[in-house]
Amino acid sequence: MHAGRHGGLREIASVWWFIVPGLVFYVAVTLVPAVSGAIQAFNRWDGFSTDIEFIGLENFRAMLDDRAVVTGLVNTLTIAFSITVLQNVLGLLLALGVNSRIKTRKILSAIFFAPAIVMPVVVAFLWQYLYSPFGVFSSIVESAGFASPDWLGDSRIALWSIIGVSIWQFAGYSMVIFLAGLQGIAPDILEAAEIDGTSPLQKLFMIQLPMLAPVLLVNVILSLIHGLKMFDLVWVMTQGGPGFATSTLSTLIFENAFAFNKVGYSNAIALVLTIITLPVAYLQFRATSPKRR
Amino acid sequence: MRYTIRTGILELVMVASAIIFLLPVYILLNLSVRGAEDNSSPLLPTQHPTLQNFVTAWDAGRIDWAMFTTVYIVAASVLLLVVMGSLASYPLARMTSGFSRWTYMLFMAGLLLPYQMIFVPLYQMFSHVGLLGGRAPVALIIFYAGHHLPFTIFLFTSFLRIVPTDYDDAASIDGAGRLQIFVHVLFPLLGPITGTVIILNTIFIWNDLMTPLLYLSGSRNLTLPVAVYSFVGEYASDWPTIFAGLVLSMAPVVVAYFFLQNKIMQGFAAGIKG
Repeated sequence: MHAGRHGGLREIASVWWFIVPGLVFYVAVTLVPAVSGAIQAFNRWDGFSTDIEFIGLENFRAMLDDRAVVTGLVNTLTIAFSITVLQNVLGLLLALGVNSRIKTRKILSAIFFAPAIVMPVVVAFLWQYLYSPFGVFSSIVESAGFASPDWLGDSRIALWSIIGVSIWQFAGYSMVIFLAGLQGIAPDILEAAEIDGTSPLQKLFMIQLPMLAPVLLVNVILSLIHGLKMFDLVWVMTQGGPGFATSTLSTLIFENAFAFNKVGYSNAIALVLTIITLPVAYLQFRATSPKRR
Repeated sequence: MRYTIRTGILELVMVASAIIFLLPVYILLNLSVRGAEDNSSPLLPTQHPTLQNFVTAWDAGRIDWAMFTTVYIVAASVLLLVVMGSLASYPLARMTSGFSRWTYMLFMAGLLLPYQMIFVPLYQMFSHVGLLGGRAPVALIIFYAGHHLPFTIFLFTSFLRIVPTDYDDAASIDGAGRLQIFVHVLFPLLGPITGTVIILNTIFIWNDLMTPLLYLSGSRNLTLPVAVYSFVGEYASDWPTIFAGLVLSMAPVVVAYFFLQNKIMQGFAAGIKG
């Protein structure tokens, strides 16, 4: 048996070619364009002429003077951090509520999660209506006797209107991950605590929250990355407007490449986004990888 | 399990939250069956529901064609992902050589790379080799199959590592070839994770807007998100017709969710991708 096992392991080397089809696709579709994009970030190029000029760090220097990029960077970080806080607080509250003895817990968790699987385009158009002058938000504010703000047209609140939609869509996603963590806590620990007369609040802060630390990390990273890459909701609801009030790095990458024909510049912005995302994505990979031996 | 007064209050609060949560969806459905002459509040149930909006949206948005295009692109991409991903994960999970470790790290690097970095150069590559325009659906399939592969390999490899090697050893003693062992012995054992791979990739690809919006612009073969996007542009603020279009385009995924909710929620709870 021992010999057979070793024979099996040696023989497995003969199947290295199983990797080849996937590797070809992956290299062609991900690695080659990534390297080519990183190179283009140091060039000036309109995307179609043969006139490509190496300009060193000029694209990056130009970003500092570009009000759109500076605003877009601030917006991207604002979205990422506020979503991370609000979506996780709401997600945790929902998870705690659902992870209880209530009879409707199954259907409620299915309801809270549902928006996460709906097309972002559909969500964006639906909320564009809800935020419109005939939508519910304006009529609620007006029926209370106030003038309703222009939810997506006022540059001071448009970004927050979009953040609200994203939280509505993905709070249930955070909930599902918290729920998996809560259900992983051995019931005996909680029962023992109850017998000892621990109050529900003590139970939450002394036992459940500390034990949720690993899933909290996963959730924080997921929402950070999601926020940093935000495109669909913004593109459909405001296209980055009014002005640049809701521009994100992703919408600017899209616009610079395909509306302004500044492909080199667009890739430079993408490189900045990559550098911001990379450490977070690395943490995500470490946090979700199964421990090897 | 005791059901105390406190539990009852919690239940009420949670149900009330769910109702508030569902309000946007209620308005979506409520307005999608409403005639143009009805100007009452979007919160009031529609008095004379009509399916006319759905007929208009179906024809004007060419929803049938978009659904066919989307199913074709999703099915081809997911098939490629399952075949290439499961095959690659076999040596990646079993071999202990440096080659396998480095290849695995190379694939995983793809999980770290934000899509935005490859977005523009990839468009140029496809345009350079003439795969845009009429053949753009093929470009999308190649893109999705390569782009979601790291995630797919991650899932398959993690799963295969906990499948004991006894299975392949026993089969190899019987003299079966490696490909046969994989197809007949190991692939069936991968069933649960294959399900997760199919579900998650289907939802990601089905819902994607950014790439098809770019690749398919001006094409006749629109995917659902792009069809909805351009359809809303045409119908400006005819919300009931727009909403009927939105309901039609989200219906397949929502129906699938209705039947597979546990499996889908578990898949997402594996929580690698945002």
